[in-house]
Amino acid sequence: MQSPIQLEISRRNLLISSAATIAVTGAATGEAVAQGARTSMQHMSKVSLSVNGESYNLDVDNRTTLLDALREHLHLTGTKKGCDHGQCGACTVIVDGRRINSCLTLAVMHDGDEVITIEGLGQPGALHPLQAAFVKHDGFQCGYCTPGQICSSVAVLEEIKANIPSHVTGDLTTQAAVTPAEIRERMSGNICRCGAYSNIIDAIVEVAGTKA
Amino acid sequence: MQFDRPATTNPIDRLKVVGQPIRRIDGQLKTTGRAMYAYEWHDTNTPYAYGYPVGAAIAKGRIKSIDISAAEKAPGVLAVVTAPEVGERKKGKFNTAKLFGGDQVQHYHQAIAVVVAETFEQARAAATLISVDYAEEKGSFDLRQAMDTAVKPASGDPDSGAGDFDTAFKAAPVTFEESYSTPDQSHAMMEPHASIAVWEGDELTLWTSSQMIDWWRSDLATTLDVDKEKIHLMSPFIGGGFGGKLFLRADAVLAAFAAKAAKRPVKVALPRPFMMNNTTHRPATIQRVRIGAQRDGKITAIAHESWSGDQPGGQPEAAVMQTRLLYAGENRMTAMRLATLDLPEGNAMRAPGEAPGLMALEIAMDEMAEKIGIDPVEFRIINDTQVDPEKTERPFSYRNLIGCLKTGADHFNWSARGRPGSRREGNWLIGMGVAAAFRNNIHFPSGARVRLNAEGVVTVETDMTDIGTGSYTIIAQTAAEMMGLTIDKVAVQLGDSRFPVSAGSGGQFGANCSTAGVYAACVKLREAVSQKLGFNSADVIFENGEVRSGNRAVPLAEAAGSKGLVGEDTIQWGNLTETHQQSTFGAHFVEVGVDVATGESRIRRMLAVCAAGRILNPVTARSQVLGAMTMGAGGALSEELAVDTRRGFFVNHDLAGYEVPVHADIPHQEVIFMDETDPMSSPMKAKGVGELGLCGVSAAIANAIYNATGIRVRHYPITLDKLIGGLPDVA
Repeated sequence: MQSPIQLEISRRNLLISSAATIAVTGAATGEAVAQGARTSMQHMSKVSLSVNGESYNLDVDNRTTLLDALREHLHLTGTKKGCDHGQCGACTVIVDGRRINSCLTLAVMHDGDEVITIEGLGQPGALHPLQAAFVKHDGFQCGYCTPGQICSSVAVLEEIKANIPSHVTGDLTTQAAVTPAEIRERMSGNICRCGAYSNIIDAIVEVAGTKA
Repeated sequence: MQFDRPATTNPIDRLKVVGQPIRRIDGQLKTTGRAMYAYEWHDTNTPYAYGYPVGAAIAKGRIKSIDISAAEKAPGVLAVVTAPEVGERKKGKFNTAKLFGGDQVQHYHQAIAVVVAETFEQARAAATLISVDYAEEKGSFDLRQAMDTAVKPASGDPDSGAGDFDTAFKAAPVTFEESYSTPDQSHAMMEPHASIAVWEGDELTLWTSSQMIDWWRSDLATTLDVDKEKIHLMSPFIGGGFGGKLFLRADAVLAAFAAKAAKRPVKVALPRPFMMNNTTHRPATIQRVRIGAQRDGKITAIAHESWSGDQPGGQPEAAVMQTRLLYAGENRMTAMRLATLDLPEGNAMRAPGEAPGLMALEIAMDEMAEKIGIDPVEFRIINDTQVDPEKTERPFSYRNLIGCLKTGADHFNWSARGRPGSRREGNWLIGMGVAAAFRNNIHFPSGARVRLNAEGVVTVETDMTDIGTGSYTIIAQTAAEMMGLTIDKVAVQLGDSRFPVSAGSGGQFGANCSTAGVYAACVKLREAVSQKLGFNSADVIFENGEVRSGNRAVPLAEAAGSKGLVGEDTIQWGNLTETHQQSTFGAHFVEVGVDVATGESRIRRMLAVCAAGRILNPVTARSQVLGAMTMGAGGALSEELAVDTRRGFFVNHDLAGYEVPVHADIPHQEVIFMDETDPMSSPMKAKGVGELGLCGVSAAIANAIYNATGIRVRHYPITLDKLIGGLPDVA
């Protein structure tokens, strides 16, 4: 784990130094951004969000998606923008216990909601069981769809437990089963172009406690 | 280090770390959302602005005027930069169509402006206020129509042959001829092309998503007309590439111009619906295969021709390349012809050439086997060759295609395969298919720097990229093996133009070449350590964190001293690829079910057997092959950029219209690696697997569908409309 973390720290330091240079050359600062926002007040709303257990009060453009609120305002960039219109699932987060595509919903629609993102599930060194299983089974390659896959899989297991049926559920009168077919069906809104599906199913099935 | 003789025994052969199933060292970062991709670099004090691109709404013509007045007045807008205002720019060496600049439009969604605003929402809204007056010109968009105008390309070795194909084909007791087509395909990587540009005076820092750091840096310098040394480019995490991020793209150029104009750091990402027409794609092909054989199955004549199109100055899709090398046959010819099309630029996508080429050739082999009356596995084995069939004095460095076919057939229970249309379970018609996999082993020079510090930690620095391939991990394994360390004592830093230039990620050459570069740098570091300790480097052993010579043993940390030691080198390649044909081989086996009522094809089982030299890490290599098999499934069953031949663009330019496989499409997949090494390839004795895994997959699926239904489809993708008319009555 050592290397990429070091890499991240070194980049951040570098950027901080570039930023300082830019600030003294007289370009716009954070204050200017705030002024710009005030002039278009009618397009702005106040939103209170709980994200990963922390409360945030945001002034957002009404057009800001929950995804961009997380990424651009709260800098929780673990939630990914793959398509920005609900076709890929990379932006999946859990809102009030249910998974949603955060690109298809506006931040202003979530005042008072509780949002769980990939950052809230676990951290390096303290992984959520599904994060650990994805690492163990190599359930990812480039890693860009991965946070969405993991958030989705956390919710999928809860949906099956709650007996919410899917397209492939055969018998609606009995408890839905945690089978590879059920998981594949329910995970199909999360595209992985690297094609790690076979390993992702192995990871989820292991955490679900059944054999593939 | 010059690699010009086959590798002998070296420290990698110990295989204490290399070759072991080690989990990715960046795995925890990626699964917790902490890996930072291009658009995500953030510093609290940096006033980022947002750039939103505008693309041409015509496929060919000229911009008469652009009215940006409304956009400039829109809330939050900081700058608008247009292509005519920027003017004609020099094009990067690797780009066919220009990325930005001037008033000519070469293809639909070519970037013509970028709007910069305080927020993403403001930039996006303002971009819609730009109005453009075009002088539209007539273009050519239909490959089949343009086939007659296709010409022999000036470069790229378009024709080849040996013996006398025409005579041998006429004389052959069994002959076969068919035409095939493959559609335009899109890389569709999950992370959109994205860049953040920061100018400090005349120096540019660019965070981007690039497979090839040095190619991008050079081409960006050319396009911006600045000194390459003034550009610092970084790409430590890349959300997929598949060839789509090999060459400089518009996001980088737009971000650089936008940041200059706005005097602010600017972030630009290509919106998903913009990507398929703005960037490159795998060009469609029309192919003709002719095979003549004796009744015993021995091929006497084989010909493969391919037609594709591209922008002026472009290249053909090299779909015939594998046919020059895959099967024996004394009389042979291949030819590629190129039409000029005004569709977006065609360029490399995962296994360029072989992927679409084998989609045709390996159906043809299945058809010919049936015509002769031989099992298709056996037909391929009969026609194996251990020499380059066009230049028979050139042997393969190592070739075990037969082993792949036999191992796969055993493992997959191939002998249970029945006659076409003979196996039915309920509503499912079930069949099996096979195809050979083939992809060449390519070499590029690759450099690395390794630093040993006083804690005994080795840090590798190279501009190599990890596009999901596992570069971080296999590079750490290589350095650990060379220096006698465990992997937790190695740090890896990638994707930064301040580091030595590497092979980069492409053409399945990245793993072998970049680790060979790290090997070379570690040899230098070992020498530095030995010299410092006064050891005779010939008998020095690096093991268990120690350096030993005779009965002296010194911990590596101590040898480093307080200042540490550095080794740097670049691996250079001799002529072993000329004296010996170096390639990778495999066999794909697939079982499908086709719904007798709807014609829907479902993949039930998939197996790949790969022979690709030493496997550096069976976990990451297996994932490469799984992913490639998945892409091959898309290529067989659903992926097709639909061309509007009237307006000249790809219509289905998003992930709903361009259908890549999803979870429900892919069964549990199996991969077997043949246990082998190739000392001709590199000191690592490895080759690549990332593209091999895709080569032949789609044909194996097509052949399985034929075996299931008796319906032969030669035009990809094999959608249900192409099957439904030939299916038996349901009742």
